[in-house]
Amino acid sequence: MKAALSAYPTLLRIGFAAAVAYRTEMLVWMLTMTMPFVSLALWSAVSATAPVGRFDQKSFVAYFLATIVVRQLSGSWVVWEIIQEIKSGTLSSRLLKPIHPLIAYSADNLAATPLRVLFALPLALIGLASGGAVLPHEPRTIAAFLLSLFGAWVITFFVMVIVGSLSFFMESSMSVFDIWLALFMLLSGYLVPLELFPSWVRSLAEALPFRYTLGFPVEVLIGMSDDAAIVRGLAIQFAYGIGAAIVALALWRAGVRRFGAFGG
Amino acid sequence: MRRYLRLLALQLRMSVALGAQYRWDFLTQGALSMVWTVLGLVPLYVALHGRPAVAGWTYEQALVVVGWFTVLKGVLDGAVNPSLILVVEHIRKGTLDFVLMKPADAQFLVSTARFEPWRAIDLVAGVAILVWAFRLMGSLPSAGGMALSVALLTVAIAVLYSTWIVVVAAAFWVVRLDNLSYLMSSLFDFGRWPVSIFRGAVRLFFTFVVPIALMTTYPAEALLGRLAPTTAWLGMAGALVFALGGRFIFTQAIGRYTSASS
Repeated sequence: MKAALSAYPTLLRIGFAAAVAYRTEMLVWMLTMTMPFVSLALWSAVSATAPVGRFDQKSFVAYFLATIVVRQLSGSWVVWEIIQEIKSGTLSSRLLKPIHPLIAYSADNLAATPLRVLFALPLALIGLASGGAVLPHEPRTIAAFLLSLFGAWVITFFVMVIVGSLSFFMESSMSVFDIWLALFMLLSGYLVPLELFPSWVRSLAEALPFRYTLGFPVEVLIGMSDDAAIVRGLAIQFAYGIGAAIVALALWRAGVRRFGAFGG
Repeated sequence: MRRYLRLLALQLRMSVALGAQYRWDFLTQGALSMVWTVLGLVPLYVALHGRPAVAGWTYEQALVVVGWFTVLKGVLDGAVNPSLILVVEHIRKGTLDFVLMKPADAQFLVSTARFEPWRAIDLVAGVAILVWAFRLMGSLPSAGGMALSVALLTVAIAVLYSTWIVVVAAAFWVVRLDNLSYLMSSLFDFGRWPVSIFRGAVRLFFTFVVPIALMTTYPAEALLGRLAPTTAWLGMAGALVFALGGRFIFTQAIGRYTSASS
């Protein structure tokens, strides 16, 4: 554990260098995130004449730009990496290194954040200028937002590890991830702000983990939730995060034991 | 001509054989694409159902656009994208030489290299959405409207294909392009809604530069019987220009292809 901690800064530096090296590719991947704009077009046309719930046109702009910012900053792609490395057998070289592969993966993910911030910043500024959001200015709200952003990343990362580890046991684990993604789109507030759903969908979404990977940080960022809601949300979010981490570690360990390094 | 039809049948048969090998995939992917189609309907339902017309479209009318979008999405993912992903890989590895050496038109070979037959499910789903939309409206499209709509759909497929062939041509210059096909797909997502929902420069962009309006909104308007004839003719002419331009750029690009080893 101590060795891992002392190696972590170096791992971050390597990850950052890799992100800089493949910057164009990264930019193209970021540009594929058009869905919030597709949703925004629809909702701003709907709210052009009259506001929907407590959303007017400006708050839709703020909401969907915040969705992009949060998704950029808390995103992970480790599931594709793990599945590909298990299938091709290149995971074995990772296993030889004297550091837990999950630690290396997490460093890869986190190291890309500075470049992603650079991309997300202009959007955040446009959101601010649109005037539809009350961006947090008190230190404790900012801290709460950063904490919720980290919590969102923890859930996303470990769920991806869980699904990735499934490919130790089964062939079509990518389909499992597609199902997760579909539920995420629906119940996280990515396509439609959760407030606009009927109340039973909303309470379902509040109990399930999806909202805590996106909708919750977005609501904190644009000032849609009060203090009590933030504290409750953070508690649920970190409960899910820790739960996902425990399952992920157990599943990974069981999987590595079965791993035969195909074609090794 | 007959030779090319035979070649096309052969390529299709090979893709079906390949698809039949992975039956389990066929089922899961089919089920998943149904899930995605239904998922795409949720925002439309929440946003438009039970509200007065938005930008000139009621919920039922916008469903017609989604129906054509789903059909086109099936064509795109089933017949256009798989081949193009394959070509980009050929270019990267240098194995495109083997394709070019075959005694048939390069563009034909390259664009019929692979199909994903299970995407036909999307076509069925799209048509089902269309039927459902007209049932909700309680009316039937006129025969002329249907004919015009199908004609415009053919035009839309031609435009879609030409855009993608230009992307492939770009791959001759910039080798790493596999994620550019994802970029095009996510741009295509804007075709989900009627184009009049967009305003100003964005609408002009989706009408003339990347003619997504032509692909989904116009066929839907034709089916609803409210497309002006001039718009239809202009759209068809524009599509012809697109197709010829695509062919021209592709032949230019392939002339410069120098293989991976040299």
